[in-house]
Amino acid sequence: MATLTHQDGVTAEHLQLSPSTRKKFITIIAAGVILLIIGVVLAALGIGEEHSAATGHEVGTGAGASAEHHEGSPVWLKRVLVSLWHSNVYFIGIAVIGTFFVALQYVAYAGWSVLIKRINEALSAWLMPGAIIMLIVFFVGRHDLFHWTHDGIMTLGHENYDAIVAGKSGFLNLPFYVIRMVTYLGIWWFFSERLRKLSLEEDINGGTEYFHKSINVGALFLVLFAVSSSMAAWDWVMSIDVHWFSTMFGWYVFASWWVSGIAAVTLAAIYLKQAGYLRFLNANHLHDLGKLMFGFSIFWTYIWFSQFMLIWYANFPEEAVYFNQRLGGFNGHYTWIFYFNLIINFAFPFLVMMTRDAKRQMIMLKIVCIAILIGHWFDFYLMIMPATMKAESGFVIEIGIALIFLGSFLLLFTKRLSQASLVPVHHPFLDESVHHTT
Amino acid sequence: MTKRFALGIFDDEDVLLHAIENIRAAGVKIHDVFSPYPVHGIDDALGIERSRLPIAAFFFGLTGLSFALWMQIYMLGFDWPMIIGGKPHIALPAFIPVSFEMTVLFCAHGMVITFFTISKLYPRWKVPVMDVRATDDKFVMAIELKDDASELSRLTQLLRENGASEVNEKEMTQK
Repeated sequence: MATLTHQDGVTAEHLQLSPSTRKKFITIIAAGVILLIIGVVLAALGIGEEHSAATGHEVGTGAGASAEHHEGSPVWLKRVLVSLWHSNVYFIGIAVIGTFFVALQYVAYAGWSVLIKRINEALSAWLMPGAIIMLIVFFVGRHDLFHWTHDGIMTLGHENYDAIVAGKSGFLNLPFYVIRMVTYLGIWWFFSERLRKLSLEEDINGGTEYFHKSINVGALFLVLFAVSSSMAAWDWVMSIDVHWFSTMFGWYVFASWWVSGIAAVTLAAIYLKQAGYLRFLNANHLHDLGKLMFGFSIFWTYIWFSQFMLIWYANFPEEAVYFNQRLGGFNGHYTWIFYFNLIINFAFPFLVMMTRDAKRQMIMLKIVCIAILIGHWFDFYLMIMPATMKAESGFVIEIGIALIFLGSFLLLFTKRLSQASLVPVHHPFLDESVHHTT
Repeated sequence: MTKRFALGIFDDEDVLLHAIENIRAAGVKIHDVFSPYPVHGIDDALGIERSRLPIAAFFFGLTGLSFALWMQIYMLGFDWPMIIGGKPHIALPAFIPVSFEMTVLFCAHGMVITFFTISKLYPRWKVPVMDVRATDDKFVMAIELKDDASELSRLTQLLRENGASEVNEKEMTQK
């Protein structure tokens, strides 16, 4: 009857980072660097990756020899830049979802999630480095990423002139784009730090004043995030396929980030619990996280299908080209990822997490969390690669860079996690979370 | 068949939950508890086994899904094939919304009917009610009286000790 008897002694818990944990993260980074170097060498020599004749490229060894689509960069460099963008969009999404989760729980007056609040706060440690990487990659690699940044594409009479892209020049121009990017990242970073600061001050001073302030800050953030997450999705991901557009796209990217973020929080909570922390976290909290993961996997599928079916049914060439490229295009380069995406992000979590018991067992949750995190990395791969790399994307460089990001993300995440008590000891709803039953 | 019950009336859900623990610990079997709203943790406190309704729901859903797919494939693929929008006769993506709706429909109706049947909540002339105040602001704990007359006074004392505001005796005719 743990739920009925009153439990005293909810005390602060501090995460002690052992050197071996840090060594593990550095090993992940090192493995990524090695993979990246192998990948770059292989790509520069033009071996190990398939090049399909259908795309009209020569099997390019000479840098920039096949110049018709590559503006500037040789294939290996282009792959590095595109992968940096791909993994950065994925990880920055997970980072901001941490803040989104906290804000949402405040506005909903939710009590159950107080015990895992610090994990969400710690996720946003990646926001600042992610923002810097994003700006650098944009300035260095924008020609490899975004067709609309090409010289003369919006100048009437120029050989690169494209009337459709020129028609979007009011929105997709360099200054406005950079201002928007800095604004989104600035808003996300500011509100993350603000909520974090209020939470840490509450730990010291107590009282309900910080709680009410956090609700106001959270509510304002939610409104701004609703707009900025959607627009970030258009800017960072949809404008890669510059001729194409989808009104579902903002939601689609958000759904992908959101479910990955919940999976990341759940995984972190389980690892902390298994390492002996979060004494009061029990199967009830995991059950609720499992429900969210289950539900939002279905939500992602719903958005995915809503986008797919309308385009498939209407079959307008300018819309259907998006799925043509991914389903059978480039000699079927992306076809398996298209189906794999649906299996790992929908069928697998749906069938595995359906029963109550599965949502309450750490091992099942762990498997599903890892599957969702890998699956949504592939989801972003499928969004970003076809328009940028055509048939030249591979996996050695891409996974190498993802591992470097993962290791760095975990270093910063655990560092911030260890900087404050894992339990927000003075949160007014802490008691409710400790006695939570589902 | 007529059964006799001792009814403990409680005013507060926390008192009720602790009373359930203590009374069960004293070796008394509780017939059922009636409350105006769902009380968190009461299933565990009463030691009620988990419902198998979700299993039924899964199979209702599966029935709905199979029926919807069969219906659409048979109608549009075999019985009266038509070309719609240049798509194949059996165009699965177009069938998904209907299949989804039918799955939900079968699942929801199946579960409601199953639940009402196993809880004996189907419509009938005479509805057995332990105490009507269980639909308003009281929690009612029913304990079946089996043998001698002293049992009632013993239970009355036990219920009173655990916070019952009153204890009544009730005869119920059950099928």
